[in-house]
Amino acid sequence: MERISLIGQLTQYLFTGITVGSIYALVAVGFNIIYNVTEIINFAQGEFVMLGGLIMVFFTAVAKLPLPVAFILTIAAVTGVGALMERFTINPLKNATVLTMIIVTIAVSILFKGIAMFVWGKDPYIIPPFSGSEPIFILGAAIQTQTIWVLLITAVVVVLLTLFFKKTRYGKAMLACADDPEAARLVGIRVNIMVLISFALSAAIGAVAGAIITPISLMEYDRGALLALKGFGAAVMGGLGSFYGAVVAGIFLGIIESLCAGFVSSGYKDAVALLLLLLVLYIRPSGLFGNVEASKIKEF
Amino acid sequence: MEKSNSKILFALIIFLALFPVVVLNVRAIGHYLDVMIFVGIYSLINLGLSLLMGYAGQISLGHAAFFGLGAYSSGILCTKLSLSPWLAMVAGVCLTALVAYIVGVPSLKLKGHYLAMATLGFGVIVYIFFNEEVALTGGPSGFSDIPGLTIFGLDLNNDLYYYILVWSLVLLTLVFSLNVINSRIGRALRSLHDSEVAANAMGVETSRFKVIIFVLSGAYASIAGSLYTHYVGFLSPSSFDLFLSIKLVMMVVVGGMHNIWGALLGTWLLTFLGNEWLHVFRDFDILVYGAVLLAIVMFLPEGLVGLTPKMRWLWKRS
Repeated sequence: MERISLIGQLTQYLFTGITVGSIYALVAVGFNIIYNVTEIINFAQGEFVMLGGLIMVFFTAVAKLPLPVAFILTIAAVTGVGALMERFTINPLKNATVLTMIIVTIAVSILFKGIAMFVWGKDPYIIPPFSGSEPIFILGAAIQTQTIWVLLITAVVVVLLTLFFKKTRYGKAMLACADDPEAARLVGIRVNIMVLISFALSAAIGAVAGAIITPISLMEYDRGALLALKGFGAAVMGGLGSFYGAVVAGIFLGIIESLCAGFVSSGYKDAVALLLLLLVLYIRPSGLFGNVEASKIKEF
Repeated sequence: MEKSNSKILFALIIFLALFPVVVLNVRAIGHYLDVMIFVGIYSLINLGLSLLMGYAGQISLGHAAFFGLGAYSSGILCTKLSLSPWLAMVAGVCLTALVAYIVGVPSLKLKGHYLAMATLGFGVIVYIFFNEEVALTGGPSGFSDIPGLTIFGLDLNNDLYYYILVWSLVLLTLVFSLNVINSRIGRALRSLHDSEVAANAMGVETSRFKVIIFVLSGAYASIAGSLYTHYVGFLSPSSFDLFLSIKLVMMVVVGGMHNIWGALLGTWLLTFLGNEWLHVFRDFDILVYGAVLLAIVMFLPEGLVGLTPKMRWLWKRS
C-alpha cells in the first residue's frame, strides 16, 4: 500500500476537523441564541441536530423528495419542534429555578431521544452526499464533496444570522432582550415572542447541522448528548454568548479532536474534547477568546 | 432525629422486614426480592445525590461515574489481585472519594448550567475510560467471574442474605444522612441552598461544605458500586453510562428533591417501573422516562412527596 505523506495526512485530518468542527460551531451558536435571550442552556440542543439528520433521511430516502425540498422541509419540521418545545415546556415555567430549567430541558432531550428511537429504531442511517461521491484530491488528501457543502452552508448560516441580528427588527429586538429583558419589555418588545423565536431559530440551526453532516457521519437516535456536550464546550470556549467565538472555538475543537484521533488514539478523541471543556471551565470560564469584561456584555 | 423522621424510619423498617416474608411466599412475585436489592443499591447512591441536590442545591450529572469507579475497583482488585472483597470495597471508596475531591474542588466553584455540564463531561470521560482501557477493564465487553461476598464464612450469595446486607447498609447510611442534615453541616447546606451569598455573608464556608457533601455522595455511590459488582458478578461499561446518571437524578426529582425520603420513594418507584412493570415497553422505556420526568417537573415540582400534604388535607376533609 502506498504510504500517504505526512502533509497529506495532516491535510486530511484538518479537513475532517474543520467539517466536524463546523457542526460543533452550529450547535454552539444554537446554545448561544437561546442563552442570550433566556439565560437557559438548552440540553436538548444536540437532539435538534439528531432530529434534523433523521428527518432529512425520511424526506430524501423514504419520501424521495428532491434534495432542496427535503432540506427546507427538514428545517421547517425541526423549527416546529423547537417552537412546540418552547410553548409547552419553557413558557409555562416562568420564574423556575436554574436547577428546574436544567432538568426540564434534559427531560425534553430524553423524550426526543425516545421518540426518535420509537420512529427510527436503533440503527444508524446514511443519505447520499448532496452532489457526487467522487472525492477531490488536495495535497494528497481525499476530500469528500460533502465537506465542501458543510463548510459552504455553515458559512451561509453565519452570514444570514449576522444579517438577521444586525439588520432586521426581530434580530435587533432579540439583541435588546439579550441585553436587558426588563428594559426590552419597557420599550414594547414582546419578550415572550422573542423567547419563542430563539428556540425556533436554534432548532432550525440544529436541523441544518444534522442534515448536512448525515451524509458524512451517519445519524442515529442517541447522537444528541455528545453533540450537545461538545457544542457546549465550543460555546464556553468561545465565551458563552459570543457568536464568532463559538464559530472559531467549534472549528478549533473539531481540529483538535481530529488530530487526536489521527495521531494519538481514536477511542479517546471524545475524551480529549471533554477534557478541554473541563479545563476551560475550571481555568477560564469566561472563554479562551473572551475576557471577563467582554463575557459580561452579551453580544451575538 | 426529628420525631416525624423516626416515625417514617420505623415504618420503613417494618416494611423492609415484612417484604421478604410476603414476597418469598407468593410465587408470582418471588423475584421482587431481586428487584428490591437493586432498589437498595440505587437508594444508596440517591441518598448522597439527595443531600447534594436537595440540601446543597448542586446538581451532578456524573454520579454514574462514581458508581462505576466503586464497581470497577471492587471487580478489578478482587479478580486480578485476589484482594478480599471488603478490603477492595474500602479501597474503592478511598479512590472514589479522592477522584470526587479532585473533580469537586474546581467543579463546585461553577454554578448552575456550568456545573451540570462539567459533571456531565466528567461522567462521559470516565465512561470512555472504562471502554478504552481494555487491559484493565475488559473494554466494552467487560469482564465476569467476580466472586460474591462472604461474611464470617457465611456465603452471602443468596438473594435473602444479600437483601439483608444491602438494606442494612442503606438504613445505616440513611440514619447517618439524617444526622448530617440536622448537624451544623446540614444547616450550612440549607442556608447555601437558599442563598449562597447570604450564607457567605454570615460566615458559612459554603465551598468547603459543598465539597464535603460531593465527596460524601461519591463515597456512597462507590459502596453501591461494590455491592452491585458482587451481586451481579459481571461488569461492562454500559451499566455506568450517561443515561444512568440522568436516571439517578430523575429518581431523586420524581420522589421529591428536597426530601431525603423522596429520594427513597423515587428510587423504589422508578426501579420497579424500569425493571419490572415497564417491561412491556422494552426498549422504549426512554420515552416513558422522558415523559414521566417532564410531567413531574412541570406539574409536581415538589415530587411525589409533595402530594402527601395535599392527601392529608383531602383525608381530613372527608
